[in-house]
Amino acid sequence: MSAGPWRIAAGHLARNRAAMAGVAVFVVIALACLAAPLYAEHVAHTDPFRSNVSGTTVVDGRTVQVLAPSSTGLGLGVTPIGPTWDPGHYFLGADNQGRDVLARLLYGGRNSLFIGLISALLCCLIATAVGVLAGYAGGPVDALLSRTLDVVWSIPVYLLAICLSVILLTSGLRLGPITISAGSLWVPILIIAVVYVPYVARPVRGQVVALRNRDYIQAAIGTGASDVRVMRRDVLPNILPTAIVFVPIMMALDMLTESALSFLSVGVQPPDASWGTIINDGLGLLYTRPAVTIAPGLCIAATAVALNVLGDGVRDALDPGAR
Amino acid sequence: MLLFAVRRLASAVLVLFAISVLVFLIFFATPGVDPAARIAGRNADPATLAQVRHSFGLDRPIPIRYALMMRHLFISRDLESFVNRGAKVIPQIVQATPVTLSLVLGAAVIWVLFAVLMGTVAAWRRGTVADPLIMLAGVVGISLPVYWLGEVVNLITQSRLHGSVFSWVPPLGYVSLTDDPGQWALHLLFPWLTLAVLYAGIYARLLRSELVANLNEDYVRTARAKGISERRILIRHALRCSLIPIVSLFGLDFGALVGGAALLTEVVFGLPGVGKLTYDALQTVDLPMIMATVIYAAFFVVLANAVVDVLYARLDPRARHA
Repeated sequence: MSAGPWRIAAGHLARNRAAMAGVAVFVVIALACLAAPLYAEHVAHTDPFRSNVSGTTVVDGRTVQVLAPSSTGLGLGVTPIGPTWDPGHYFLGADNQGRDVLARLLYGGRNSLFIGLISALLCCLIATAVGVLAGYAGGPVDALLSRTLDVVWSIPVYLLAICLSVILLTSGLRLGPITISAGSLWVPILIIAVVYVPYVARPVRGQVVALRNRDYIQAAIGTGASDVRVMRRDVLPNILPTAIVFVPIMMALDMLTESALSFLSVGVQPPDASWGTIINDGLGLLYTRPAVTIAPGLCIAATAVALNVLGDGVRDALDPGAR
Repeated sequence: MLLFAVRRLASAVLVLFAISVLVFLIFFATPGVDPAARIAGRNADPATLAQVRHSFGLDRPIPIRYALMMRHLFISRDLESFVNRGAKVIPQIVQATPVTLSLVLGAAVIWVLFAVLMGTVAAWRRGTVADPLIMLAGVVGISLPVYWLGEVVNLITQSRLHGSVFSWVPPLGYVSLTDDPGQWALHLLFPWLTLAVLYAGIYARLLRSELVANLNEDYVRTARAKGISERRILIRHALRCSLIPIVSLFGLDFGALVGGAALLTEVVFGLPGVGKLTYDALQTVDLPMIMATVIYAAFFVVLANAVVDVLYARLDPRARHA
């Protein structure tokens, strides 16, 4: 495989200012999230995973309670401290357990980004394998795989993901040598990767079917090359751009799906956090402390926009027809 | 054409059967999962477990359990909730359907209107600032988590600006169309808009790329050579062909949404539709309820798919022989 077409595509991508802006936004968000422990320990001096119900903090030189008794309605319950805009103390306020929202946001972002990235890669990997196999083999293998993909795709993705989550979250998964415990991040990763496989595998298969009738593939088969060799040397390199185009788009889609599942409390499980679980935490505080809900949503939206713009750029760079 | 329709319908029935098996297996045959333990509750003693297993037929072989379940679902339609013993599942779904249909129909009208407008203007104004700006709006649309957008809309219309600009917005909930059409529309206005944002983005992006591809086709060059105005070419020639893939996507999305993909919007806006039913069942891990709503959803998707394919074959004769 020569570097020629890839280098040309990379050059195209580098000259695409929108795509590069997307990369920049994504890198900034990812770095900030990676620095979560630094922020929590050295700037905010807080443990965002321990509830801090009776804690106090300093605002404008005065010591105040993190969870103040509610002054509205019947005076029952508590209202957490709102945004102080002071990076050292509860910059975005606290949630209903008195935990620092900004610190949780950064930690949650690590999980959201990790789940998005790994499930997107996993999904594209499985989908490419299935698509190439189905498209190249044809006949009954293709029929079986294609119909299976059709059936899976006929169930709305969110519903399928919810069904799988409900089952796997209570008991975990034991499939041969693979054991995944119920609260593990791998449960949402695996589920999200699997439910989107048809989305990627079907176009890949379509391309392989078209490729298979091309003269050079027929020639390779005619010279006696083994199926594995033809798939690896002649089919895969031509399919790779299609699969790569899907990675950033799928990561955006996967992150949105993860956040929705977590919002429905069937995604990331406590004590772990993700942007979706923080939005869920903010539900009861929506009208009093909207920052808890708004901030993680903006993070998801910004990351998804950056990835989608990058995805468009990658598509334009790899697909000469779309230029 | 008739033969095509019949063949398509037969395959739809087959797909439905496969889906029901798949969903059943997810719930009742995932390795390491014991539905009886779920029903009996935490820390149930072995005797209770055995009793539950027997009363729900869980001690029978899997194909028989599948047949029993399907009989309860489709023939006697008396499948009962595991959580609220005695509550029938199917009537609840039937009752929730008009709510979901109202939500999805209204949103569909809005998103198709906006998408056609955005996509056409973007393709028409290609090369000017309008095109990337409209497409950026589309990207933002597909990047917003819908439930979060709903929360923010609620925050603004129900709380922050409810005293001034949005004082006319009714509280969250649903009013039936037959009770009061005006209130029906008023209650659904913001749910419609919220749900439409995502799909308007998807469709606008798709339509623009289809239009741009079609404008490079030979038939457009011919039309130009005949001296037809650019506007007429765009609307009468290119847009017509570009709408074909949109129709097929619309069928899929519409089916999925009616089937419960509008779940998040329904939950956030407190609309008692099928999605809300699924969500509530999720909170109590009510397996028959979740299974019934998912199979119901699949039914709509498969039906919509079949209808779209038949329509597609009417629109594009090539598809009949593919």
